[in-house]
Amino acid sequence: MTELAWISNAISTARPQAMGALLRYFRDLDAAEEAFQDACLRALKNWPKNGPPRDPAAWLIFVGRNSGIDAVRKRSKQAPLPEEDQISDLEDAESDIAERLDGAHYRDDILRLLFICCHPDLPATQQIAVALRIVSGITVKQIARAFLVGESAMEQRITRAKARIADAGVPFETPGAVERSERLAAVAAMVYLIFNEGYSTNSGEAPARAPLCEEAIRLARLLLRLFQTEPEIMGLTALLLLQHARAPARFDENGEIVLLEDQDRSLWSRKMIDEGLALVDKALRHQKPGPYQVQAAIAALHARAEKPEDTDWTEIDLLYSLLEQMQPSPVVTLNRAVAVAKVRGPEAALAMIEPLEQRLSGYFHFFGLKGGLLMQLGRGEEARVAFDRAIALANTAAEAAHIRMHIDRLMKEGAAKAAAKTAR
Amino acid sequence: MLYAILCYASEDVVCSWSKEQDDEVMANLLNVQEKYATAGRLGPVARLLPTTAATTLRKVKGESVVIDGPFAETKEQFLGFYTLECADLDEAVEFARELSEVNPSGGSYEIRPVSVFNPSTAAA
Repeated sequence: MTELAWISNAISTARPQAMGALLRYFRDLDAAEEAFQDACLRALKNWPKNGPPRDPAAWLIFVGRNSGIDAVRKRSKQAPLPEEDQISDLEDAESDIAERLDGAHYRDDILRLLFICCHPDLPATQQIAVALRIVSGITVKQIARAFLVGESAMEQRITRAKARIADAGVPFETPGAVERSERLAAVAAMVYLIFNEGYSTNSGEAPARAPLCEEAIRLARLLLRLFQTEPEIMGLTALLLLQHARAPARFDENGEIVLLEDQDRSLWSRKMIDEGLALVDKALRHQKPGPYQVQAAIAALHARAEKPEDTDWTEIDLLYSLLEQMQPSPVVTLNRAVAVAKVRGPEAALAMIEPLEQRLSGYFHFFGLKGGLLMQLGRGEEARVAFDRAIALANTAAEAAHIRMHIDRLMKEGAAKAAAKTAR
Repeated sequence: MLYAILCYASEDVVCSWSKEQDDEVMANLLNVQEKYATAGRLGPVARLLPTTAATTLRKVKGESVVIDGPFAETKEQFLGFYTLECADLDEAVEFARELSEVNPSGGSYEIRPVSVFNPSTAAA
């Protein structure tokens, strides 16, 4: 690795902590970002000459804060009235470096930084974009590529989102226990959204979007480091690792989706699976189940099955029923039906999903599964209708292609049956 | 004498390497080990999963309690180890130096003589 690569690595690793602390000092996102940028520029000049600091985050906070204070002083000289209130605490600014690195502070700093991105007025995609920009420091260009939009459109989106966050005001007070756990839940949900944004993709886009999955895992690990005893954060991290472990096997060489059952399991990342399984084991010891843990436990059962036929579908069915109770949603029931089909047959599964049709009338996977179940039951005509609906609702070309394959098979079977009839 | 070379570095930094960067570092480290392995001097080598995957068992008032993680508020974490048969400390230091030269994480290697060694039969 080159020196520059090392420096940029150290800076991006230190970023959440440094930005979080600078936001606490300046109580203003733009001021914090400016100060951080300045500190980074100085790091690029200083670190190659003097060697890397022992604690890059502390260095960036110290330098960033001084440069931020300078900037405020300069501005206040030009302004008719001093604007001391732009700095959170002048006394604080002169205190000793050791205090600045108070461990208890920095946990809330990072949480606050992530939490302001989850502003409920912001649509999910804007929350994600702004978190990637502010917390992860990913360039607008890279974010735009991951979201498959133009750079200027993304720039605008982020600027607008930041303005809204600024209007809302930074929740500056140190949170109480309840508040802290609410913030943590909101932030965990956002990390999960980031992952899904990267995960729901087709093969052509996969290389551009995979960084979103990796960034989500990085953020989940960061949260887990801050909240080491939270079983739901263990569950979230495990879930992301176990799902991402399958990434190398999700598409074939033609870019077609490969279903879980048909994936080459030797391509799954063993390292990610091991880490995910270790985290699931740890979480379950707490006996405080939650939705992320249950989903991680389901993913763990898939990961533990060496061959698809080794999958413990009975246990998966049970876990989904638990998830249904925790987080009732037609999509969860739909997923459960896949396990039910394996355990109790397609008829039981079909009975389970039929009542959902109205609520999932715009959902690709509903009609894909319905078609598949009908096909298994030998009801080809109805299956065909469901598959047609699925194609109309497909989000990606790969999804549509996958359904078309089923239809082709139905057509062939139909033709074979017709041929058999004529022959008789 | 058998030496253990214990690796400490910032997990944050090491975890932020891309797969390509990580592969490159691992290949370079393997390169260093090769001649020691050929000479029959290299013992078991392990890289550990992040400390977030760790569990600690501690005796509190005579009772074993299982807690999450190592809880160390340190900047560097214990990430893995090597074992190497060395004639003297200088050889062990030389090995650690070679490792550190190809390892960009900027961490440290603690060199500790091994007192009891029980080669395991389990393969990772």
